[in-house]
Amino acid sequence: MAQTQSGAEGLLSLPALLKRNATQFANSPAYREKEFGIWQCWSWAEAEKEIEALALGMINLGVNKGDFIAVIGRNRPTLYWSMVAAQSVGAIPVPLYQDANAEEMAYVLSHCGARFVVVTDQEQVDKVIEVQDQLHQFEHLIYLDPRGLRKYDHSQLHQYSHVQDQGRAARDEFMPELEARRGELDYDSTCVMLYTSGTTGKPKGVVLSNRNVIESAKNACEFDNLRLDDEILAYLPMAWVGDFIFSIGQAYWTGFCVNCPESAETMMTDLREIGPSYYFAPPRVFETQLTNVMIRMEDASNLKRRMFHHFMAHAKKVGPAILDGKPVGFMDRMKYKLGDVLVYGPLKDTLGFGKVRVGYTAGEAIGPEIFEFYRSLGINLKQLYGQTEATVFITVQPDGEVRADTVGIPAPDVEIKIADNGEIFYRSPGTFVEYYKNPESTADTKDAEGWVATGDAGFFEENSGHLRIIDRAKDVGKMVDGSMFAPKFVENKLKFYPDILEAVLFGNGKDRCVAFINIDLTAVGNWAERNNIAYASYQELAGHPKVLQSIAGHVSAVNKSVAEDPMLSGCQVHRFVVLHKELDADDGEMTRTRKVRRRIVEEKFADIIAALYDGSQQISTTTEVTYEDGRKGSISATLSIGDALVVPVAAQKVAAE
Amino acid sequence: MQDGYTTADGRKIGGVVMEMKNITLRFGGVVAIENISFDIREGEIRAIIGPNGAGKSSMLNVISGFYIPSEGEVWYRGEKRPQMRPYKVAQQGIARTFQNIALFEGMSVLDNVMTGRLGHMKSGLFAQALWKGKAEAEEVVNREVAEKVIDFLEIQHIRKTPVGRLPYGLKKRVELARALAAEPKLLLLDEPMAGMNVEEKEDMSRFILDVNDEFGTTITLIEHDMGVVMDLSDRVVVMDYGKKIGDGTPDEVRNNQQVIDAYLGVSND
Repeated sequence: MAQTQSGAEGLLSLPALLKRNATQFANSPAYREKEFGIWQCWSWAEAEKEIEALALGMINLGVNKGDFIAVIGRNRPTLYWSMVAAQSVGAIPVPLYQDANAEEMAYVLSHCGARFVVVTDQEQVDKVIEVQDQLHQFEHLIYLDPRGLRKYDHSQLHQYSHVQDQGRAARDEFMPELEARRGELDYDSTCVMLYTSGTTGKPKGVVLSNRNVIESAKNACEFDNLRLDDEILAYLPMAWVGDFIFSIGQAYWTGFCVNCPESAETMMTDLREIGPSYYFAPPRVFETQLTNVMIRMEDASNLKRRMFHHFMAHAKKVGPAILDGKPVGFMDRMKYKLGDVLVYGPLKDTLGFGKVRVGYTAGEAIGPEIFEFYRSLGINLKQLYGQTEATVFITVQPDGEVRADTVGIPAPDVEIKIADNGEIFYRSPGTFVEYYKNPESTADTKDAEGWVATGDAGFFEENSGHLRIIDRAKDVGKMVDGSMFAPKFVENKLKFYPDILEAVLFGNGKDRCVAFINIDLTAVGNWAERNNIAYASYQELAGHPKVLQSIAGHVSAVNKSVAEDPMLSGCQVHRFVVLHKELDADDGEMTRTRKVRRRIVEEKFADIIAALYDGSQQISTTTEVTYEDGRKGSISATLSIGDALVVPVAAQKVAAE
Repeated sequence: MQDGYTTADGRKIGGVVMEMKNITLRFGGVVAIENISFDIREGEIRAIIGPNGAGKSSMLNVISGFYIPSEGEVWYRGEKRPQMRPYKVAQQGIARTFQNIALFEGMSVLDNVMTGRLGHMKSGLFAQALWKGKAEAEEVVNREVAEKVIDFLEIQHIRKTPVGRLPYGLKKRVELARALAAEPKLLLLDEPMAGMNVEEKEDMSRFILDVNDEFGTTITLIEHDMGVVMDLSDRVVVMDYGKKIGDGTPDEVRNNQQVIDAYLGVSND
């Protein structure tokens, strides 16, 4: 069937795949979006018509071959269509993060020189208009939702449906042109340009060819046996390479249906209604869901709570083994079945994971306890390791070989080598073409033979052949006594606690480690409510002595578990502080994909770090914050510093002998 | 008098929709409103402001037909309005929200919004109970309107949530949704931003402007927050102790000495 076809058979671009799908799977659902409370559906044949109308409209607007078309907004079929329509007319789609502020948007838009921008609504229109003066090549803006835009100057603004109408009207005139442009697309033409989130420095535009996208999608689909009748929920940022591969690459390859939620807030309800069979989420989503489950169980009746804990303990014991098809005793199996009826089944259903056949987490390391929780429920959650430059896939875990501490074996057609300093290099059909307008960075990252440096340090396990990631190569350091400093390892352990949202560890080149903690407002707020603790703000709650006390307990427990790892026992947290604000992408402390930017955090809160090391009990600090609309303000606070119990490392060594 | 005007931001305001002529309202010996006249024009956002106890809510109740003025006349669309029950007023295309939220707490948001459609439902109790034919078709049409309002006010995520479980700011929005579901020509808002934080106020202001812009709905609102009133409204009536002390554009009102005195107090020397 479809899976056996390859680029050689003429399917050299996504528009070509679209054409195939519209013929072969004409009546299969291609897209669904919940709107006005109902799931609206488009078949592949209908989707093709929509995309064609838009592509014709784009030609009508004057889109040339090689133009860049930025796409900004939440996951909507219309925006996915605009990307494929852009490809159809020989332009290059550039999806952007919709929560990017005007400044970030200006950088990317001017870097790629986008002539056209497709956005969802007034909010995004406003942002583009705000930075318009800095954009020399910008010409036209296409928007989806006309609300609030009536009074705007429409010389450069066009409503999406009008562009389509004009395209339909001019079909006879432009169809030959569209056919010609589609015909020119080949395996080496650019499919999409994605900007990296940029944990360090400015974002870079990663150019991916049709070969990169189609080969990677094809390999991954075959690896996991994805089928026409699979369902996914598209809710992750469209600017992220993962979403592009899952919601476009793989969807076009196999023809499965992409479901778009009604809004960001209804995601959980929509997830339950759709019950995807193929699901993808960064660790944070799983963490949040687990936190919510735990909070709700705390609020549940005594019987339910006890039942939950009893069966979860059993699931933890035998669940992963059953999932991997390993031998498990008869009684344990029976009890697991009972648990499935009473607890696991309903819980999976509530989480929207009832039908998940293949689930992935990637983007960051997931806490082993969180990972095991989902696996024990019988959800086939796996890890993969990838990056934008590789068109996602570097390593993946095959079914039955899933472990929390590795990221699996090399993905199909991927070659991996480990450099002497531990850095991981790969080469694959998905290897990116270049960084746009940045030959130096391209040369730094990709060598002449096509090997790409990941910037991550890791090693292959001897017996299993699985890759283990230690940390970002840049982040791994040494302490004064020469022992290894790997912050992620400790942070992930801390983040396992539902009331810790984020943790940042410092200690590179020092004699001991200290940490910043962000509390999880949902979890801690709920705990405060149950314990009659009144608070007026995040800051007040974060500074509450009882919160500090419980966080100190968690930190000490983590220290105990860190101490058990002989290589990393030096990374125990000696002192910590609960930050008075959440680390936020708007303040530049995190990337839009919510990864901590260590350097910036370190600079910004240098006074607090100093206080953590000089032994003071309190620190008064003022921090600048940026509101969502771009205005700046500042908050000041006096933070008390907590001490944690540390397991003496020497004693540990003795015990080990 | 029937000609409209053009606002600073270029919106065309039409003729007079509602005119209050020499309205006086007494409760026994208490005079809540004393001889007040003003008009509301098609498509405008008209604010009524004033210190506590100035008679603003009473005035809104007169407009909505809940109070019958002791003296004076209410003219609606060129006709003198006879005394009528509030539901008749609603059928004339006037909808309102309340200062102290008046929703059905036990019902879901969707059901609450659907009650706003009651005036548009023609099928009888029996047909609705049987859920056949006309009643079913009618529900589909009305549900669509309700869903469009839900989408417009961005409350999809609480569609099925019982109103009683919602925070205050969202309840206010649900109330606006119910009023909008009636597809009113004139929308009365009684302190739509009372008790809200800055962010909620900004959201609500945006919705009010969008309603006016998108559906061309004429809006009359009472509000305490002067910043909001001055930003939103095209014309403002200022009341104090039941009397009208100012009427005009926000700028005119802001510079009116009587208004300044009423709000800031008058020094004794």
